[in-house]
Amino acid sequence: MSSNNKTVTVNFGPVHPAAHGVLRLLLDLDGEVVERADPHIGLLHRGTEKLIEQKTYLQAIPYFDRLDYVSPMNQEHAFALAIEKLLEVDVPERGQYIRVLFAEIGRLLSHLLNVTTTAMDVGAMTPITWGFDEREKLLDFYEEVSGSRFHAAYFRAGGVHQDLPDGLLDKIYNFCQTFPKVIDDIENMLTENRIFKQRNVDIGKISKEDAADYGFSGFVLRACGIPWDLRKSQPYDTYDKLDFKIPVGVNGDCYDRYLCQMNEMRESNKIMLQCIEKMPGGEVINRDSKIAAPKRAEMKTSMEAIIHHFKFFTEGFHVPSGEIYTAVEAPKGEFGVYLISDGSSRPYRCKIRAPGFAHLQAFDLLSKGHLLADVPAILGSIAIVFGEVDR
Amino acid sequence: MPDILENTLSTIKENCKINDGFIKYEQIQITVNPEELISTLEFLKDNDICQFRQLTDIAGVDFPERLNRFDIVYHFLSFKNNIRIRVKTEISENSAIQSITQLFPAANWFEREAFDMYGIQFTDHPDLRRILTDYGFEGYPLRKDFPLTGNVEVRYDEIEKKVIYEPVKLQQDYRNFDIQSPWEGTKYTEKKDTE
Repeated sequence: MSSNNKTVTVNFGPVHPAAHGVLRLLLDLDGEVVERADPHIGLLHRGTEKLIEQKTYLQAIPYFDRLDYVSPMNQEHAFALAIEKLLEVDVPERGQYIRVLFAEIGRLLSHLLNVTTTAMDVGAMTPITWGFDEREKLLDFYEEVSGSRFHAAYFRAGGVHQDLPDGLLDKIYNFCQTFPKVIDDIENMLTENRIFKQRNVDIGKISKEDAADYGFSGFVLRACGIPWDLRKSQPYDTYDKLDFKIPVGVNGDCYDRYLCQMNEMRESNKIMLQCIEKMPGGEVINRDSKIAAPKRAEMKTSMEAIIHHFKFFTEGFHVPSGEIYTAVEAPKGEFGVYLISDGSSRPYRCKIRAPGFAHLQAFDLLSKGHLLADVPAILGSIAIVFGEVDR
Repeated sequence: MPDILENTLSTIKENCKINDGFIKYEQIQITVNPEELISTLEFLKDNDICQFRQLTDIAGVDFPERLNRFDIVYHFLSFKNNIRIRVKTEISENSAIQSITQLFPAANWFEREAFDMYGIQFTDHPDLRRILTDYGFEGYPLRKDFPLTGNVEVRYDEIEKKVIYEPVKLQQDYRNFDIQSPWEGTKYTEKKDTE
């Protein structure tokens, strides 16, 4: 007790409610001040990349749902785009709009969960009940198109698995009408709240230069003042035909990251409405029978269709040899897939670049000099999900 | 967009010793020798035309049949020009490669991951520990010769009152189906023919 400069090491986790998953964090504390943070990750490591090497391209899609399980379809999107580029196939416009619509639903799912749970970590209990109420509605949309609330496996190389059920667009439209009110409510509760601001303003601050150096992306990078969004800068699917803004922060602290997420949700809502308005008719997946399963009705009459069906689900489709890195703007940042094909129906190598991995890496930098109580606030503000960090 | 790519690639070709460089799928790919890696990356980062400011990813790739077994693939992004570049280098199983953490702090964990998954050694890395696998893990799981099922399994032992490690016991052998078309000649039908 007498020694002044004695640091204490505290073991935060591996199971801690504020860690948003399984994170073991070794914190060297001087009193209550964090001197060094050493995150030990990998407790949720399932060897996704190894498993994907053993599977056909079609069988690999569900693994992507299990990465960032908060917004499953955004991950599938990156993988589908990677295969499409190697195959050089086009996606029908309706398929593209459906994918964008559901990618934005994924963004809402992620931000709603993240903003509200982080608010709970710093003491605000109410927003989480509102946020999860909305998430429940969004998950119902997931269920209607794919049959499951989380592990959708809905996106395919060349489009999406099946068309939207009747009336779903109306339901999403109705949701979009009421959703901004919920955002307003959450913002009324938090944005000018004195306690919330005390816990977030100037906490976990990072400069533009450091953020770029440490491989930051997504809203964490934008909160520092770098206007960089892959939906604008390297648009994929139909993002270039949609009108939306990119919220950019100034200070790069937890509070700006919160504001960026809130404003992104408003923009996502706009994108969803535009998708519904512009949604054309037609096919939802490229009907090239080498990359998509034939329709049931065809199989009743066509021998060719049965053969394609059998080959599609056993051998899978062959992807020309080559390598490609594709990235999408996932809710948490740049989610990339580096795919190497050797010409067979299984990927030779599939490296997954998770945004959270790069963000958590800088955790030492973000938390140094802050109090122990700020650790959950910082952790929440960079939106860590261990499914994608550990893979 | 293609002009910037061509321009950047020709600048790199003029100033760096690279083995191969081309543009595919609107991305530049260059191959360098491990000795040239640091100088090339310094150029890519600081040159006015290139400005590849951000390291997005490092991936190891295993080709067991090759003499230089591993590919190390670096992905960089230039915010300014809005282009990506992929830098590849090859090393053998027993050699090490220079760490790039001094240039790009983000490389720290990515290199640890490559070390953990493939056993690639990085010299001058500040903290080269395993990152994703279990404490005390043996072997390098993403190498092609590492079994998919792994080597050990864990369970809680009631007698010893702790979690213990045991060799993997499978109820059924792992079945790796040969899914290629038998009409085009698969490995097992070929074998039958020769017998």
